[in-house]
Amino acid sequence: MAMAPLETKIAAANGSVRQRQLIIILLVAVALSAAPFLIYPMFLINVLCFALFACAFNLVMGYSGLLSFGHAAFFGSAAYISGYCAKTMGLPAELAILVATSCSVVLGLIFGWVAIRKQGIYFGMITLAMAQVVYFIAVQAPFTGGEDGLQGVPRKALVSAMAPMSDRQSYFFVLAFFLIGFCIIYRIVHSPFGHILRSIKENETRAASLGYDVDRIKLIAFTLSATLSGMAGAVKAIGFQLATLTDVEFFMSGEVVLMVLVGGLATMTGPVLGAAIIIAMQYYLSEFGIWVKALHGMIFIVCVMAFRRGIVGEIGAYLSRRRGASD
Amino acid sequence: MDGWAIETSGLTKSFVGFVAVNNVNLRVRKGSIFALIGPNGAGKTTVFNLLTKFLPPTSGRIMINGQDVSALKPHAIARLGVSRSFQISSVFPQLTVHENVRVALQRKNRDDFNFWQTDRCLSVLDERVEELLAAVGLGDYARHQASDLPYGRKRALEIATTLALDPSILLLDEPMAGLGSEDIKGVSALIRSVAQGRTVVMVEHNLRVVAELCDWVAVLQRGQLLTEGSYADVSANPAVIEAYMGNSHA
Repeated sequence: MAMAPLETKIAAANGSVRQRQLIIILLVAVALSAAPFLIYPMFLINVLCFALFACAFNLVMGYSGLLSFGHAAFFGSAAYISGYCAKTMGLPAELAILVATSCSVVLGLIFGWVAIRKQGIYFGMITLAMAQVVYFIAVQAPFTGGEDGLQGVPRKALVSAMAPMSDRQSYFFVLAFFLIGFCIIYRIVHSPFGHILRSIKENETRAASLGYDVDRIKLIAFTLSATLSGMAGAVKAIGFQLATLTDVEFFMSGEVVLMVLVGGLATMTGPVLGAAIIIAMQYYLSEFGIWVKALHGMIFIVCVMAFRRGIVGEIGAYLSRRRGASD
Repeated sequence: MDGWAIETSGLTKSFVGFVAVNNVNLRVRKGSIFALIGPNGAGKTTVFNLLTKFLPPTSGRIMINGQDVSALKPHAIARLGVSRSFQISSVFPQLTVHENVRVALQRKNRDDFNFWQTDRCLSVLDERVEELLAAVGLGDYARHQASDLPYGRKRALEIATTLALDPSILLLDEPMAGLGSEDIKGVSALIRSVAQGRTVVMVEHNLRVVAELCDWVAVLQRGQLLTEGSYADVSANPAVIEAYMGNSHA
């Protein structure tokens, strides 16, 4: 048996990998189904929405190397649009989310088309400026409800036969959208397009010299990210029954950067963990008031100085180092 | 293989207060190995950047295979079959050696915007990737990260990536820079073998390599074309000797 043919060894290894993957997927499924019975569902809804937002943001920041400071514009505007569709127009939640997400496609194309011609910090500044325009519209436009925002957005969905959903039902509703979004992002990252995106992030000039239309590819990545960020905002307005200026503010654009950095840039699960940590801090440390923001700042500094790969990134690096040593 | 692969007329690039390339008329015969030489700062790399449109010319025209490309962007030039390497080796450092070459092949696969399929569909390219890596002697390093390779091997990887596109015109910017004498022999042989059926234009300081490989040599000095001809003619030209050595040696 010492000289087992290589093929059987590989097949056995693949088999055990697949088995392990199956077990992990089952465990995650059980945990996600049990979660709303153990933890406050509104907290979980919040985490899921921001986790999806952070994953979508990671698509540009982590996988394309584009630092956008304006992603709150997509998240916030979609929250307003989906809230408006559900509340004022009485559309079912699914349709409201669809309309809002479609608007994010257009907004993403416009932002990207203007900003992508510029590199680095200039790109970031243009996205920030455009996001401020969206914020201004949100403050001024009559349908957003100004400082009050849109409150009491109905949670009536087609899947609930237009009956208002409970918190726990809403959790599963939001979870479904999170999973759809997460799978789409996973697929994009692991597609032929995703590989080209990585090469552009690594060495843009070289990618252009290989014949890739770098600007167009970045525009597509940016628009995909904007779309999914919009979906996260749209789902949030339904799940939370609320769309406010907080969603569209500059702080929100900064917070999503923090979530991705804490969890791990360019990792699949990092942004999810990062979102969970930041949201948990806001929930459970809320009695400290404004000091939570100071704590955010501290965490940000520690991340940048001590573990740049983020939590998931550092764990991944540790595991691959250990694997390398045992080879 | 008749006619000109590259023709420039009145090619000029001026930066603020400085003319880097001044009214250069070059013609590169199809199928030849063409060298662009000249002292430091003569504008050789600028000419390369103009030909591949990484820099927009101030004035003048560029024709590639008889087509006016003056208005095209870098990626469009690449799609015409013009492939370039860079002076400082240019790889994708965080990708594996295998992925470096595969990303180039993906362009031929026409999946620039294919974000809905899994990357397992890329395995059809594996065989060609392995061939290309074997051709430059990197077969054993396919799974290594490109940033882990020593300099000479990074250059070989860059050449493999450049060749993956099966270009009709190859522009090599100082392919021998930073290589030891053993590597130079290897890369020379490699260039000679890939030049079969292709046009090669190279910027090179190592004149022994130029003498050995190139059919035609153009000499640039302070942005202007000083002279051109076979290596024997050019190297005997007093103006060229002066350009390289300065007046005191003339």
